[in-house]
Amino acid sequence: MNKEWKPRIVAFFCNWCTYTAADLAGVSRLKYAANIRVIRLMCSGRVDPQFILDALSKGADGVLIGGCHPGDCHYVEGNYKLLRRFQMLKRMLKDLGIEEQRVRLEWISAAEGEKVKRVVNEMVGQVQKLGPLGIPQKFEEWDKEMEHFATQVAEKDAACACACAERDKPALATA
Amino acid sequence: MMKQQANGEIRIGFYICHCGHNIAAMVDCPDVAKYVEKLPGVALSRDYKYMCSDPGQELIQKDIREFKLNRVVVASCSPLLHEHTFRGATEAGGLNPFFFHMVNIREHDSWVHTDRKEATEKAKALARAAIERVAYHQALEVKRVPIHPDVLVVGGGIAGIHAAMTLANAGKKVFLVEREPSIGGHMAKFDKTFPTLDCAACILTPKMSAVGAHANITLWSYSEVTKVDGYVGNFTVTVKRKPRYVNEDLCTGCQECIANCVYKEPKFADEFNEGLGKRKPIYISFPQATPQVVLIDPEVCLNFKRGTLTDKCKKTCVEACGEKKAIDFKQMEEIKEIKVGTIIVATGFQTFDAKRIPQYGYGIYPNVYTSLEVERLVNASGPTGGEVMLRDGRHPKAIGIIHCVGSRDKKTNRWCSRVCCMYSLKLAHLLKEHTEAEIFNFYIDMRTPGKSYEEFYDKLLEEGVHFIRGRVGEVTDWAMTPEEEGKLVLRVEDTLAGFVRRIPVDMVVLATGLEPQADAQAVRRMFNMSCGSEGFFLERHPKLAPVNTFTDGIYLAGACQGPRDIPDTVAQAGAAAAEAMVLIDKGYMEQEPNTAYVLQEECSGCKSCIPLCPYTAITFDEVKEKASINEALCKGCGTCVASCPSGSIAQRLFEDDEVFSEIKGVLAYE
Repeated sequence: MNKEWKPRIVAFFCNWCTYTAADLAGVSRLKYAANIRVIRLMCSGRVDPQFILDALSKGADGVLIGGCHPGDCHYVEGNYKLLRRFQMLKRMLKDLGIEEQRVRLEWISAAEGEKVKRVVNEMVGQVQKLGPLGIPQKFEEWDKEMEHFATQVAEKDAACACACAERDKPALATA
Repeated sequence: MMKQQANGEIRIGFYICHCGHNIAAMVDCPDVAKYVEKLPGVALSRDYKYMCSDPGQELIQKDIREFKLNRVVVASCSPLLHEHTFRGATEAGGLNPFFFHMVNIREHDSWVHTDRKEATEKAKALARAAIERVAYHQALEVKRVPIHPDVLVVGGGIAGIHAAMTLANAGKKVFLVEREPSIGGHMAKFDKTFPTLDCAACILTPKMSAVGAHANITLWSYSEVTKVDGYVGNFTVTVKRKPRYVNEDLCTGCQECIANCVYKEPKFADEFNEGLGKRKPIYISFPQATPQVVLIDPEVCLNFKRGTLTDKCKKTCVEACGEKKAIDFKQMEEIKEIKVGTIIVATGFQTFDAKRIPQYGYGIYPNVYTSLEVERLVNASGPTGGEVMLRDGRHPKAIGIIHCVGSRDKKTNRWCSRVCCMYSLKLAHLLKEHTEAEIFNFYIDMRTPGKSYEEFYDKLLEEGVHFIRGRVGEVTDWAMTPEEEGKLVLRVEDTLAGFVRRIPVDMVVLATGLEPQADAQAVRRMFNMSCGSEGFFLERHPKLAPVNTFTDGIYLAGACQGPRDIPDTVAQAGAAAAEAMVLIDKGYMEQEPNTAYVLQEECSGCKSCIPLCPYTAITFDEVKEKASINEALCKGCGTCVASCPSGSIAQRLFEDDEVFSEIKGVLAYE
């Protein structure tokens, strides 16, 4: 890992609160880490757990989800629906061995530009400490490992076939 | 990939905007354009100084025709600002407007980052995501929702009154709902208005009675909105009408009942006079109250006990009312449900609670008053009939007015309340006129921006009112000299003279600032609005959409959006009324076609999605055994899409393919 490594964080922000808050952060010229890439969705309720897993598997080191505060959802309760899914996903991520700090859910209202700055900087700092997640590289390693096993198994099979043949030969002879 | 092929050859036009220096200073725009040029599907890539300008938009249109583009991506500001503009340009070029996608590299990139290299890299990643995504875009039709022509105005202060009158005069039917027994709001309490010294009642009461008499206005005072359902063009609003125990249709406002109440003298604190005056259990808020209908306070009326009817009073009021039979002790709370197409929220402000700054002695020393109390004291129809009298009956010889109480103060409210300097000047003038006392103004900065405001300040200087620059440290009755004995002493650092002074006065006026209403958060939730960090309702755009909210069809007027004076409030109320009329006269509103739909062949009929929809847009087709979405009801949140276990619900504009390709795109750039 070289010293210049910078984490890559994919963010899913809801259109009404957090995306607007990020716009406000811009208008207020607040400064935060440039490692974040925001994808706009209409509601945090649209965040499919697959989006998060897909981002991690494609090379994101962390995923941030931003929605309206509970009770403030533009679509009444989309953020609650996300919260349920998020709790399940967190358990799954733990089982997968992905650190908890890599996937974060934050409620950020349209007025909280300052909070966007704080959360992004905090998260970038945390993920920086954790180091790269590197799932695409792991996929490659796993593929290589599997290939290695496959060749080993094939060799063993071949060797076994020979050995069996040899073992069977004298038996035949003695008979 | 299937879809991409079905769309034919993809030819994307990419444009990166310099936005003058706003973007170009932090992002190397030509470099981004060069990077994008090589991406698959990109037919053309340009950087341009101002994409939103007419030549910028024409460039897109020309390129679409010349280079046979079928997708357009613009990297510039926030889509919340200019997505509409560029969709229009795409359409004018002959494409479906939804073949466009926007990349936010200003608010989300150049304005928030400090490293040019990193910001440029980020711009490339975001641009790549859009390029990947836009290939999947489909031609879509905009949805039109009809607009119900009636309007609800919430709050009957000057903002609500003006908005309601404007709409009613244009022939629209208006429901005006006010929480207090009478409309008029804070303005009705004022004596004179700055800088012209118009009598507030003289200019307001004709408007109030016009509201009461207008055929197009349904005025519901002493009522509260309790629930708002629906969406732009089609709101269903529930209004609670609190019982006045007086039938509004039968009461003529003769007030015989008040004169004949068993309480011979007024005994209870009068809310309208800020508690300085007294009223009876049956009362009318103020002489010009609209509607001219009395009401009974069940908490103190003898015919009730703590709000519950006991029927144990002699009921002399009923006798006095006689044939009119307007008094109805059995009146119940009434729930009304109305349908409106647009809503104007004009719920106003509250004044800062001066007790929160104990060193100024409000509530401790009886001769410390708030500005609103002094408004009532100098008012001819106030509790003292306009005679400025202290609580002990003395007339003040020296008066100190402390500015910025609960304004421009990190410990309380950080914002400037905008009106206090001017109303303090006005009160200084009125107090001087009424009492000929020495008046001291203690200010941090004099803020008099407005037509004829500075001239008014000059006039006050000539009148001999004293101005001392400095924030008052404390108000105390602790005398250090015989002259200070029995007086209130203001301790202040005179920052112009450069030393600490002690000014003894008889009366202290606290120029309290303007705050969001105590229940602003609950109101905000009900109308699905946002609040700024200080708690005032948030406008859609501080400059270009100051009366719109993030919810279509809901507009803001007056001080609920931020502190402002009467002329600004009236101007804003007119603007809000105009915005509502835009929708009503157009008759429909175009909505984002981002609705969800069910892929019929894949739906397994598990019904998981049905309880998730807050708009009951999803129903179950019992015959086909599949879910079906009513797109007229769908608001496009996409919650059902994300929750479908078999992936058989999709959302237009946010298709899975589109989001996944965006994820791929933002991560593709190293």
